[in-house]
Amino acid sequence: MLRRASMLLARRPILAARARPFSTDLPAAPSADATFTEAWTKVIPNMDPPKTPLSFMQPRPPTPSSIPSKLTVNFVLPYASELATKEVDMVIVPATTGQMGVLPGHVATIAELKPGVLSVHEGSEVTKYFVSSGFVFIHANSFADIIAVEAVPLDRLDVNLVQKGLAEFTSKLSSATTDLEKAEAQIGIDVHSALNSALTG
Amino acid sequence: MASNAAVPFWRASGMTYITYSNICANLVRNCLKEPYKTEALSREKVHFSISKWTDGKPEKPTLRSDSPEE
Repeated sequence: MLRRASMLLARRPILAARARPFSTDLPAAPSADATFTEAWTKVIPNMDPPKTPLSFMQPRPPTPSSIPSKLTVNFVLPYASELATKEVDMVIVPATTGQMGVLPGHVATIAELKPGVLSVHEGSEVTKYFVSSGFVFIHANSFADIIAVEAVPLDRLDVNLVQKGLAEFTSKLSSATTDLEKAEAQIGIDVHSALNSALTG
Repeated sequence: MASNAAVPFWRASGMTYITYSNICANLVRNCLKEPYKTEALSREKVHFSISKWTDGKPEKPTLRSDSPEE
């Protein structure tokens, strides 16, 4: 029995060495399938082969060998694209694990966002947005994709409404009975206190 | 794999991430200043028609234009 165990242990490192690479290290998939286009031109030489969705997409730029000087940010909302491949020096995102500063050359990360302030630093100018929730995907090639459901510049927020909302939800929490009501009240408190500290801080 | 990891409070009370995210977004929209607030709330309005089916036949459809519920 002990001999079998030692054989199994010896086998594991070999499997690990042949493990598949992470998807970030693979080259981008080719945008046109060569066998398909050949077969098409054989049968229908007069028409162009149809384009596939992959050919409309731009392949992700490969990870450069030295750290680039700028971070490329794509900041999108469901109804608009706030920043599209904008080159910036740094972004600070409100991740659930705390404010996370992203510089060029940041390790590839996926982070969930909590309600908070997102600031984009470019040269000496800083643009701040309040983000309701979303995700940020940082790729190894210094591209950052920030997706949020709702993001507003701070000057569009009304302080009085924020404070009224905070008071309302604090009282709702104390009067809540079911788990769901408590969770909703807690969410209200979290969002409004984040809004408050964004406007006053 | 931590299958007993601390779950967020909203998931512990049965809410899904989408519901949580939509609630947060609605709360933020309600705190906007005036022209932006009406713009944001009207952007999120939906209109849809529902018809229930019984015995393989659709009944009369009802038109609803609620603001989206969380």
